[in-house]
Amino acid sequence: MASVSIIPSGDYKTSYGSDTTIFPTRTSRNFAILGVVLLLACPAFMDRYWLSLLIQISYLGIAALGLNILVGFTGQISIGHSAFFGFGAFASAWLSNSVGVPVALAIPLAGVITTLVGLLFGMPAARLKGLYLAIATLAAQYILQDFFARADWFTGGTAGTIAEPLTIFGFAFDTDERFFYVALVALVVMYILATNLMRTRDGRALVAVRDHYLSAEIMGINLTKYRTMSFGISAFYAGIGGALYAHYLQFVSVEGFTILFSIQFLGMIIIGGLGSIMGTLMGTAFMVFLPEAMQALTKLVSGTALDTALNLKDNIAFLREMSIGLVIILFLVFEPDGLAHRWKQIKAYWKLYPFSH
Amino acid sequence: MSGAPVAPHPGPGQNSPGQKSPTTQAETIFEARGVNLRFGGVHALTDVSFGIRKGELFSIIGPNGAGKTSMVNCISGRYRPTDGKVYFKGRDVTGMTPNHRAALGIGRTFQNLALFGHMTVLDNIMVGRHHLLKNNFLTGSLYWLTGARKEELSHRREVEEIIDFLEIQHVRKATAGTLSYGLRKRVELARAIALKPDLILLDEPMAGMNLEEKEDMARYIVDLNEEFGMTVVMIEHDMGVVMDISHRVMVLEFGKKIAEGKPEEVLADPRVRRAYLGEDDEEEAPVATIPPARKEVA
Repeated sequence: MASVSIIPSGDYKTSYGSDTTIFPTRTSRNFAILGVVLLLACPAFMDRYWLSLLIQISYLGIAALGLNILVGFTGQISIGHSAFFGFGAFASAWLSNSVGVPVALAIPLAGVITTLVGLLFGMPAARLKGLYLAIATLAAQYILQDFFARADWFTGGTAGTIAEPLTIFGFAFDTDERFFYVALVALVVMYILATNLMRTRDGRALVAVRDHYLSAEIMGINLTKYRTMSFGISAFYAGIGGALYAHYLQFVSVEGFTILFSIQFLGMIIIGGLGSIMGTLMGTAFMVFLPEAMQALTKLVSGTALDTALNLKDNIAFLREMSIGLVIILFLVFEPDGLAHRWKQIKAYWKLYPFSH
Repeated sequence: MSGAPVAPHPGPGQNSPGQKSPTTQAETIFEARGVNLRFGGVHALTDVSFGIRKGELFSIIGPNGAGKTSMVNCISGRYRPTDGKVYFKGRDVTGMTPNHRAALGIGRTFQNLALFGHMTVLDNIMVGRHHLLKNNFLTGSLYWLTGARKEELSHRREVEEIIDFLEIQHVRKATAGTLSYGLRKRVELARAIALKPDLILLDEPMAGMNLEEKEDMARYIVDLNEEFGMTVVMIEHDMGVVMDISHRVMVLEFGKKIAEGKPEEVLADPRVRRAYLGEDDEEEAPVATIPPARKEVA
């Protein structure tokens, strides 16, 4: 029963509508709105570096959400997610550079094109399961990576391609302060869309396919359709994330979209919590902030007695990489259900104090 | 209970044999014609033919491994018969996938629990509404703008009626995987009812339940049949329940149909007694004379 959200006494639902809201209580909704409002004020007092981190969380979070829909909610596996992210980035840049589509339209359109590519590579998903599917998505990763390197007309080849900044009614979102708002709006919209998806017919069907595909089929769910569709939806989110990334950096290089990046996406959703929308964002934030925290930590160590005693010198940079790996391993051991689960437990503890149940 | 199949069974056994058969006969909702099912050398079903009338409560009984679940799988579409045809509402559905059959009006529960363990009870039952709902990934994502909300809420209302009927209100927000066995069986029934099927297949709905839970379940099944007007096909080992509530019974043994008819007819059939119910004492009497003879040897 731990997963049941705790509703405070006196908060009675009198209609099915009020029992089907995104946030279980009014307080949690107000806190979420407050959080967004506080974020809106961020550019006023945050420096550019921190803003760039938040923007990074935003576009990565959108793409990771797509992967969570595929892996966490539908129970499929993909180790080629970064290729779709990259495809979205190139598609959006190509649409605005070569086709002349305004950037504001190119971003959603890139999402749609990436969806089609995702559906194509999702076809084997209807037949394959587990490790076999993992290998099939690995193929997608390498095929697309190769395509990026060869398709000069689309990606600019090894030189990469520039991407115009997003401009709406002549106002260019070309600085971190400005683009921050674009990223925030996109993040909120995409997360609301996903939340709605998961509480309606097709979202439930995806989870049903994950939990028990045989009985899902008996319930009238077309397994082939939903397994493939899950790839499409996942690619859509990756494409949107990638397109935002392209127009934020205003340059896309073919080198970035490696399998390592795909694994990082998997790391985000595993740390955040498989099958949790809020967890996806938590996991992404964790993965973005972790290197920063480790950087700060290694900075503290450098120059101290420990540094000289171990004769670390130049190796101190590697300490950071290693500790990132260590933290992730520790996380998986002690919190396999992810940050979202931990967050629920903290909330429950807070609400039930001084009782434990 | 197995020893005394005709013993008065508490619960819904109040209907006298005269009221048992449905008033409107004739119309056949499901028919199997010469169904064979083979897995390599194993003959799970051999030439099984039978019909289920609309509004009937039809039971399939037989020893373990007789092919009861295989038969139900052929009806629900999980297995495709190697030979023979199955018809639902006069339509040949032999090659049809399970998800299409669900839309046609076949619902089922499983012998081993097959709930969506990580979903809430409510969501589990809402999955049953899948083919009745019209919103999709686009309209569902836009929720407020496309009428998906309105549709979901109206179906929620109907699901709540099923929840009321099966008395599972107290667990509607609980994760299905955390429930007790008896409750899970009930949630599974609720999910199958949510499909609004015309034909509902129940694979051992009372297995592993205590007497009280069995009584409740038997009452739900009778209500389903009489009030909701669903045709029920039930596999069950509890002969007391089967004899009390079924209109007709089919007996399978080693994949072959050995009897079909009213419960009391089937009960009287010597082949059924031999195969499944066990012989009477007087029939066993000649056998009983042997042990004394053995005693002398020992």
